[in-house]
Amino acid sequence: MRRAPPLPLVGVLLLIALALGASWVSPGDPLAGSADALLPPGSAGHLLGTDDLGRDMLAMLIHGSRVSLAVGLASSGVSLLLGVLAGATAGWLGGWADAVVMRISEFFQTLPRFVLALIVIAIAGPGIGKVILVIAVLGWPQTARVVRAEISALRGAAFVDAARLGGMPAPLIVLREVLPQIAAPVLVLAALDVATAILLEAGLGFFGLGDPNLASWGAMLNEAQQYLRSAWWMSVFPGLAIGITVLLFNALGDRAAAALDPRGA
Amino acid sequence: MSLPAYIFRRLLHAIPLLLAVAVMNFMLIALAPGDPLTALVGDFPAPAEYVAKVRVDYGLDKPMPVRLVRYLGHLAQGDFGYSFANRMPVATLVWERLGATLRLTGTALGSAALLGVLLGLLAARREGGWVDRAVRMGSTAAYALPEFWVGQLLILLFAVHLGWLPSQGDAPLRGTPPGWEGVLVSASYLLLPAFALALRYVALIARITRARAVEVLRAEFVLAARARGASETRIMLDHVLRNAAPAIITVIGYNAGFLLAGSALIETVFGWPGVGRLLFDSIAARDTPTMLAILLMVSATVVVANLLTDVMHRLLDRRVH
Repeated sequence: MRRAPPLPLVGVLLLIALALGASWVSPGDPLAGSADALLPPGSAGHLLGTDDLGRDMLAMLIHGSRVSLAVGLASSGVSLLLGVLAGATAGWLGGWADAVVMRISEFFQTLPRFVLALIVIAIAGPGIGKVILVIAVLGWPQTARVVRAEISALRGAAFVDAARLGGMPAPLIVLREVLPQIAAPVLVLAALDVATAILLEAGLGFFGLGDPNLASWGAMLNEAQQYLRSAWWMSVFPGLAIGITVLLFNALGDRAAAALDPRGA
Repeated sequence: MSLPAYIFRRLLHAIPLLLAVAVMNFMLIALAPGDPLTALVGDFPAPAEYVAKVRVDYGLDKPMPVRLVRYLGHLAQGDFGYSFANRMPVATLVWERLGATLRLTGTALGSAALLGVLLGLLAARREGGWVDRAVRMGSTAAYALPEFWVGQLLILLFAVHLGWLPSQGDAPLRGTPPGWEGVLVSASYLLLPAFALALRYVALIARITRARAVEVLRAEFVLAARARGASETRIMLDHVLRNAAPAIITVIGYNAGFLLAGSALIETVFGWPGVGRLLFDSIAARDTPTMLAILLMVSATVVVANLLTDVMHRLLDRRVH
């Protein structure tokens, strides 16, 4: 029997479609102000109201999805790459290479991610590329640990020996034979990583370290802080957008983990 | 291995980690765009004599290894630089704010542990029952929401809409009545930020407690205790909680970094006069010495919290030996 695609997957795909089509769904510059400041939701032409500079909340939310998704997906992609590379090297080679990679990842795991990201961006200056890089560099150890454990368990497997006897070079064995075997747990981690990265980016935006030229949900919440007493909508809608997006990626990770768990089948 | 030997070995393990954090701080200063002087002094019109003194003190005209040694030397003496934005030594500044942060994080963590364990045990009592489902759904949602937004929502509801609780700052030093009345006033300022900060931990602790409790409840010794006629409360406290404790403590201890990061955001939302708010202000003022001192302090706290967690874990969990 064919099952309907899981809700979280549909939600995530819709969000990505919205982000890609943002300038088509909501044309014009979302950051251009107008005289209609602080209009409540339901006002003519402004379904979700306007902010203190007269900018349309809905347009900013739609365009803000781009920053959240770009940071979430790109940083988790880069950290996936770093984690697989480091974890595969450690797990395959063992010995001192393993020890070095594991000590480094241990060090990274004791670092306070958010506070460090804040300070690096504060010193280096804002920019979406830097944010992606910082979050990725701080996030790879967990993936590396999982990959390392899986690969060192598979290193002596019969199909690996077969490939080796067939004369396949080691990097190719890892890439073609071993990595596909461990794709499932790694992809589950990646989905959860996206959620964490989106929360981190929102926190950076809230601290005023977002890219000033882009609409972002975190920066909207920063702006809302000064208007809590007069404009509740400036806080409620961006927060909901972040919460729903994070919930979707978390649920996607959980669903994938449950679906891929052989004990659940 | 005996316990003192274990603690000693873990302490030895913590030292290189702390040193690595200090070196990382140094590299942030060295790699900062522009003059490293800016990173050491802050983006502030400091007096020329002070700038010249820092240049000599930190050996900025000397090669990198010399500068690193001098920097570490300053840290070892408790010298974290001078904050021109606040006109006082950074060490004094951070020290003054530490109490407020400890009060907030301590309250949040304490209530999160109590509430999380309680909810986790209630959920585990009837696996799949309505309490279980409610706790699981609630914790999934609580885990996805940015805590600073939860803080804003609490302000909107309890301070702006209902007008029950103050939304900004700590109880004023002057004007807070003595005795129990004063405690109530202080608590009214603490309640909202502590709750906003605690929520994620309630979710986390409830989840791990539930997972461990469900496992323990299936064990044969629980069946045996029931057969002996032990009450449900007794089983929960004596058997389940005791067996779940190491896992709960590990989750709490290993999330110390997240707690402090959350505190930075929550203190900013509620204008709470702690280290987190100081971090926000120092970023806004481009006061680099203060930022770097806070980073060092938070990293050291995480290393120490992990160390304490491992020691507690070993004390509680007999299987580790």
